[in-house]
Amino acid sequence: MTAYTGAKIFVKCLEAENVDLVFGYPGGAVIDIYHELDQSDIRHILVRHEQAAVHAADGYARASGKVGVALVTSGPGATNTVTGIASAYMDSIPVVVFTGQVPTPLIGNDAFQEVDIVGITRPCTKHSFMVKDTKDLVKCISRAFHLARTGRPGPVLVDLPKDIMQTAADFSYPEKVFIESYQPNYAPHQGQLRKAFDMIVKANRPLIYGGGGIISARAADELTTFARRLSIPVTLTLMGLGGFPADDPLWLGMLGMHGTYRANMAVGNCDLLIAIGARFDDRVTGKIDEFAPNAKIIHIDIDPSSIQKNIQVDVPVVGDCKAALAKLNCFADGLNGRNWAEIRSEWLGIIQEWKSTRPLAYCQTLDGAIKPQCVVEAIHRLTNGEAIIATEVGQNQMWAAQYYHFNSPNSFLSSGGLGCMGYGLPASIGGQLARPDRVVVNIAGDGSIQMNIQELATAVHYNLPVKIAILNNGYLGMVRQWQELFKNRRYASTNITAPDFVRVAEAYGAVGLRATRPNEVEPVIRRALEIDKPVVMDFVVEREENVYPMVPVGQPITKMLLV
Amino acid sequence: MDTREAPEKRHTLSILVDNEPGVLARVAGLFSGRNFNIGSLSVAETTDPLVSRITIVVPGSEIILEQIMKQLRKLINVHKVIDLTDQPRVERELALIKVKGKNGDRAEILRIVDIFRCQVVDVSPHDYTVEVTGDQDKIEAILELFARFGIIEIAKSGVTALPRSKKGEKK
Repeated sequence: MTAYTGAKIFVKCLEAENVDLVFGYPGGAVIDIYHELDQSDIRHILVRHEQAAVHAADGYARASGKVGVALVTSGPGATNTVTGIASAYMDSIPVVVFTGQVPTPLIGNDAFQEVDIVGITRPCTKHSFMVKDTKDLVKCISRAFHLARTGRPGPVLVDLPKDIMQTAADFSYPEKVFIESYQPNYAPHQGQLRKAFDMIVKANRPLIYGGGGIISARAADELTTFARRLSIPVTLTLMGLGGFPADDPLWLGMLGMHGTYRANMAVGNCDLLIAIGARFDDRVTGKIDEFAPNAKIIHIDIDPSSIQKNIQVDVPVVGDCKAALAKLNCFADGLNGRNWAEIRSEWLGIIQEWKSTRPLAYCQTLDGAIKPQCVVEAIHRLTNGEAIIATEVGQNQMWAAQYYHFNSPNSFLSSGGLGCMGYGLPASIGGQLARPDRVVVNIAGDGSIQMNIQELATAVHYNLPVKIAILNNGYLGMVRQWQELFKNRRYASTNITAPDFVRVAEAYGAVGLRATRPNEVEPVIRRALEIDKPVVMDFVVEREENVYPMVPVGQPITKMLLV
Repeated sequence: MDTREAPEKRHTLSILVDNEPGVLARVAGLFSGRNFNIGSLSVAETTDPLVSRITIVVPGSEIILEQIMKQLRKLINVHKVIDLTDQPRVERELALIKVKGKNGDRAEILRIVDIFRCQVVDVSPHDYTVEVTGDQDKIEAILELFARFGIIEIAKSGVTALPRSKKGEKK
């Protein structure tokens, strides 16, 4: 066998994993890796901040369904990735982050650019490795990819001391990875599933509540088939959006704090809640002991620790969402031809009533300020609902979730669990690289876009035609909304200034457009979509528009503030 | 339902983990990060040098315990998690107690040591160091008896435990 340096082995490992793209930022500790990477076919995307490297890898992973890869140097390079890693961890996104490290003899000596990144990221990674011998490099990297993509996916960190990358060892990549203490259970228990199915058949008011697990398990088709076959209405979490087509009559919209009236009311009134790949997060459940008070609960999830964590369920099913739904569809095949649409007509009628009396609503006047919801709807219309939408965090994110009606999975890139401002722009870059064939729009706020605005340089450098729609209200809007509602309109530190985004765009070499009146919204979006370059659209919107419905913290989700 | 209000019970968990640096930090970090309490913790290598056994005593309701065990099993370095609480087990803790030994008390201290079948492992004109092995009740009992002489210092190992073998079963 030929011996290679650690740096060369690193590159060969990425090739063996079919990695075509790495997001990163070089530095002293990884200079050997960059030297080898530069001579390979793997494309390196130089971001402008390491946090963005991880968000971009995360966006790439969400849009492509593959593992995203980030590579950074030691010390500050490594610490800058922490927010990105934590976001990927909360949302179960498969990302492998490689960090440089000082040479092994210096570890623990407070060497230049040394930091205990394995220690720092222990609580926010699925697992992490520090490679202490070049001979272990292949094992660690192959395991990192295996762990990131299997079971409940998540970020894995591999710390690479500089001397390990300079030492030589043999290279042979394993066909299969086996970790004795890690055997995720994919196959759902048949008896439990049968029990669940019988409950579903008997239920009068069943409701499917799906989450990000639908996306990561690639179970959207199975879910759609199942819901349609038995005429069960579907609501999804923020993370699940796209897992069920929004143009289907069974679609209720998102549930939770900013869920639709009908989705939240359906949760409050259903007699059977079928949770699939979701984790009963507090933003979904509101007051937990009044969540789905009349319902038996079935919970299907690949992660046993998600089950019975926040809520006691009646039928737990540990397993892959796709496999479980496929099996439920088999059971449904065996049913004699009952007319489910008719059986469900009363329940669906009630839901329709909720929908027509309390739809998502806002009021746009022709001569008033632009309503942010109107911008999202226009983006939806002009992209035929087929764009990949990234968001920042806050009001922009909620309006995107409410008004961009997602029909397909892997189309919504948003930091759900961590709620990480600054996510959207780098994620949209990752999304665009994953899917050059699709329109990618980052729906942003004027606050959060400023958290990683330097990535405009990355988009321009690689000529990625991402479109950035800033809903510019001059506030940190979501916090301002809370202050308006719960703090007597004392807008403490939420009145935020911003640079002239059009000129910022131009300075970076992107195109800047601005709309200040309602009739300018569509022309600006049209123009942006025609330009094959990154475009920043600055929509100067109604300053004090609120996201409704809204469930105040601690309230049951059926107690919504409405427009 | 507020899951945190169910009755608490003391549980003894036996955890087999990879004998690698950082694994104890992962286990301990899980407890602190998820706001679980640790009553005591002991760890040492098993006969397999690649595997260590961690014994953790945790107070908590059944629901919390279920969550703790699931979270522990999620750690990649954790091979096995057993709750020994409701099964026959041998549970021991070792305590070293340095107790004041004034002239009038010395005989009484030795009598207690004798009754509890523990040992004096160090002696000076002013104090005894006593080694006690047993379950937590026994250690608490002797501490109570020693209290009136004055306890100078104490070091406890934390509980360690093994399940009892089934009796009368063929090997």
